Amino acid sequence: MGDLNLESVSEQYLDVLKELGNIGAGNATTALAQMLQCKVDMKVPQVRLLDFGEVGTLMGGEEQIMAGIYLCVEGDITGSIMFLLEKDAARHLVSKLMGMELEGDTFSEMETSALKEIGNIITGAYLNSLSTITNLKIYPSIPDLTIDMAGAILSVPAIEFGTLGDKILLIQTQFTDDFELNGFFILVPDLESYGKILGALGMI
Amino acid sequence: MSELIKVGMADLKVCISPDSVTTLGLGSCVGVAIRDKENKVGGLAHVMLPDSTAIRNNTNIYKFADTGITELVRLMEEKGAKRSRMVAKIAGGAQMFSFQNKSELVRVGDRNVEASKKKLKELGIPIIAEDTGDSYGRTVIFYPETGDFVIRAVGREERTI
Repeated sequence: MGDLNLESVSEQYLDVLKELGNIGAGNATTALAQMLQCKVDMKVPQVRLLDFGEVGTLMGGEEQIMAGIYLCVEGDITGSIMFLLEKDAARHLVSKLMGMELEGDTFSEMETSALKEIGNIITGAYLNSLSTITNLKIYPSIPDLTIDMAGAILSVPAIEFGTLGDKILLIQTQFTDDFELNGFFILVPDLESYGKILGALGMI
Repeated sequence: MSELIKVGMADLKVCISPDSVTTLGLGSCVGVAIRDKENKVGGLAHVMLPDSTAIRNNTNIYKFADTGITELVRLMEEKGAKRSRMVAKIAGGAQMFSFQNKSELVRVGDRNVEASKKKLKELGIPIIAEDTGDSYGRTVIFYPETGDFVIRAVGREERTI
């Protein structure tokens, strides 16, 4: 288990993560639909193991402006989780939640707070399903939000992955209500926690 | 025609005037730009972590402040740059989220900046300008011809250091 590194993750392991991502994102979608009180569809999530350089490209370039919601995870596993959303998609969700059109190009304090709450609910639903499947206790911290270039936001989980190897593992989810929303989950458990997740699932 | 060379995360590139070199969306990472004032050989490293000796998996020498800067200087010397004529400018090292409370990762931006400064000092390369810290991402472009280091950020005016 100590030798586990991201470079050597097997196909089978990726399948497990994909399935976890699928269920987690499914739960997150349901939570989103309840919150917005409308129908939300979700495409099958894609799990990707990418080189650092490729991550920005996937999100439409390193300079693409995104909203990043980041929180720490404690309990049986430790690490962090990040949920990224394109800025336009974030504005769409906030305006829907608040029931009004947003003015200007920036987020007010109230809108920022609403966006944090959206992030909280989505990541919470995701972590809940992970916890239920693995029977591990997972406690999220209060979320923090930043709106900036994709590359800059991603540097935070990338640095955490950087202590393990040269790749980053992320789950891409597409939500659709009347607007196509591209969301990305990045779960960064520490190395020991990867082992625990796999162990809990009977993989090792 | 001059070319704009792109440096990815945990990567570095050497360039010779009139070419320039850029890295997009620096967050907690640090962009270290070095230039030989006379022959206009320059280079940019996108440093991700401070210390290669603190991590077991350290095969990618471009990723760390200590090994990355040393390698950048070596590659520049291969292109004819002289250490004694080199000067550096650094940018980045932001703290993107206000609570990064995992002990080892606390202030990783600051630590990247400190480690870069320490390495440059060891190599005897003076830092003549910096734009580091704070909490926003930066895109940087470095022109070895003039030594201009252009910094762009969301919702802020472009500046040159």
